[in-house]
Amino acid sequence: MSTVILLLITGLGLGALYFLVASGLSLIYGLMGVLNFAHGSFLTLGAFAGFELTRRLGGDRWEVFLASLVLGAAVGAAFAALTELLLIRRLYERHIEQALVTVGLSLATVALFEGIWGTDPIYVTAPDWLGGTTSILGATIPNNRFVLIIAAVLVLVGIVAFLRFTRFGLIIRAGVENRSMVTALGIDVRKAFTVVFAIGGAAAGLGGVLASHYFGYVSAHLGGSLLIFAFIVTVIGGLGSLAGAAIASVAVAVLQQFANYYWGVGDLVVVLMLAGVLLLRPSGILGKKVHA
Amino acid sequence: MSATTPTAPAPVTPDPAGRGSAVGRVLGSRWLPLAVGGALVVLAAVLPLLAIEIPGILPGPTYMPGTLQLLSLCLIFAALALSYHLLFGTAGMLSFGHALYFAVGAYGLGIILQRTDMTLVPAIALTVLVGIVVALGLGAVSLRVAGISFAMVTLAFAQAGNVLVRRNAWLTGGEEGLRLNTTNVPEFLVGVLNTRNVYWLALALLVIVFLVVAWFERSRAGHVAVATRENELRVRVLGLRPFSARLVVFVIASALAVLTGTVYFILQSGVTPRASSADFTLTLLVMVVLGGVGSRWGAIVGAVVYTLLDQRLSALASSDAVASLPDVLRIPLSEPLFILGTLFILVVLFLPGGIAGTVRRVGSGRRATRAARDRLEEAE
Repeated sequence: MSTVILLLITGLGLGALYFLVASGLSLIYGLMGVLNFAHGSFLTLGAFAGFELTRRLGGDRWEVFLASLVLGAAVGAAFAALTELLLIRRLYERHIEQALVTVGLSLATVALFEGIWGTDPIYVTAPDWLGGTTSILGATIPNNRFVLIIAAVLVLVGIVAFLRFTRFGLIIRAGVENRSMVTALGIDVRKAFTVVFAIGGAAAGLGGVLASHYFGYVSAHLGGSLLIFAFIVTVIGGLGSLAGAAIASVAVAVLQQFANYYWGVGDLVVVLMLAGVLLLRPSGILGKKVHA
Repeated sequence: MSATTPTAPAPVTPDPAGRGSAVGRVLGSRWLPLAVGGALVVLAAVLPLLAIEIPGILPGPTYMPGTLQLLSLCLIFAALALSYHLLFGTAGMLSFGHALYFAVGAYGLGIILQRTDMTLVPAIALTVLVGIVVALGLGAVSLRVAGISFAMVTLAFAQAGNVLVRRNAWLTGGEEGLRLNTTNVPEFLVGVLNTRNVYWLALALLVIVFLVVAWFERSRAGHVAVATRENELRVRVLGLRPFSARLVVFVIASALAVLTGTVYFILQSGVTPRASSADFTLTLLVMVVLGGVGSRWGAIVGAVVYTLLDQRLSALASSDAVASLPDVLRIPLSEPLFILGTLFILVVLFLPGGIAGTVRRVGSGRRATRAARDRLEEAE
């Protein structure tokens, strides 16, 4: 029983991490049709920014930890917004080329991170409580899982509230639904593009700092390894659907944890799940249509 | 189907443009590319017998095993880029999992040679057969979606392959990689001194792959694949099946990648899991885009340029000149992938046709631009 609870909560923690990456991917794809390969780099840069802050100010203090979360999100958002303004904006409506540019950006930035921070994983320090465990119904659970779950829920609530209750959110939702109509009504939908990129980058940067505590280290390949699962989650959840991404993140991560524990084949089960979903429902769990 | 059918619509890869002008007539004639191609193959074939030195590009004279090794790698990547061109350039299918089939070739041959008594040729044939079966199965599933979703699904399958390779160390050698078991490999392909034989093997591979790709693009199925790329609905209305055309392209491109993987395995006397990684497919994509999407020659040139650049930039990175620079310059310059990635972004942003497209534009001036625009309007 305690094993099941442990796997369940750890799975939820991993799912939270996937969601932090996938939410941005899904929003960006839903609004702009851009498959963003550089999303992993947003995450990695956020993680390194958080790491640099804790290294300088001492990572075992809570206020520094919280500040590193904020800094990671801010750096991720700034990096993403710059990417949109400088690279993606020039190639509107040319989806394949946009994807190619993000591929180039991801190759170049990962190499640059390796040049700056080296190829070896760097261990991070955190407040003592974060490295400790809590016992729930006999299961010993690492505390950082709870932080991850709380952060992901806050991000989900935050994004949903933003989309529901603000004017920008309205434009973005309308843009996902029918972009040409929004443009025809005289609204500059391009601002919404930058905002969506910034939101996605912030979630990824926050995810990066949390991922460094989840795995215990930062490395230049932190983002790349998470990105592939985030892609899978986005396809299973339905491209462009935030709720789909949330459901799929949890489902994929929990399944992965159980399969890893009992048979050691977590990653394969995830791919099989993807194949199954595609065979039964090519547009994903909550996706509306498949874009050509 | 032969290439001479004059009535067949020829939306194959961009024609040598400017058919109207005098230069265009010569360039557009059917024999010239054949003659140039043949001459290049002959030149490439005699390279190991010559002592040509190109300082800064090649590490030494062309008869040295080290140089031949690099040139063979160029040829192999050119063949692989051609197979990717068939997928991406001809049929418009953006796959992020092409490395999987390359890895099936390399690991498949390695495992067969290690575990069975088969000799080289049957072993290669069996590997290609296995690759075709894998491609049929995975292709049928991933082709249920198109466009960006297809890209992600192929990525996921390739990732699963990568995980399988890393996890099953008893079969694949895990992170260490798999070494070539030379017991059943003909002697003339083994050892550093025989590098030039392997070089000729790689050249033969490139010629074969080129011919298969060229033949397919002119075949009926090839035309359907191109038409599907341009307008799937119209193909459906005509009563043709886009799915089958795509699947055929997928299987042929994968089979060629498997074949390329086997030669790579012989050349490198082994393979590491990197060959099955998503990064490797991205490298392939960079080669094709660098050379020019939709052009066979572009894919080859792109692969050769990329491989040489990668090699030379690595040499540059470890040179003293770079080591003495201040950090701001040293760090970016010591990362070949940073330079290549940046170059790639610039090409996508400013040279949409890649190397081949730029050469064509410069060669035929405005006419080509107009022809390209016309073709675009036709497509719409």
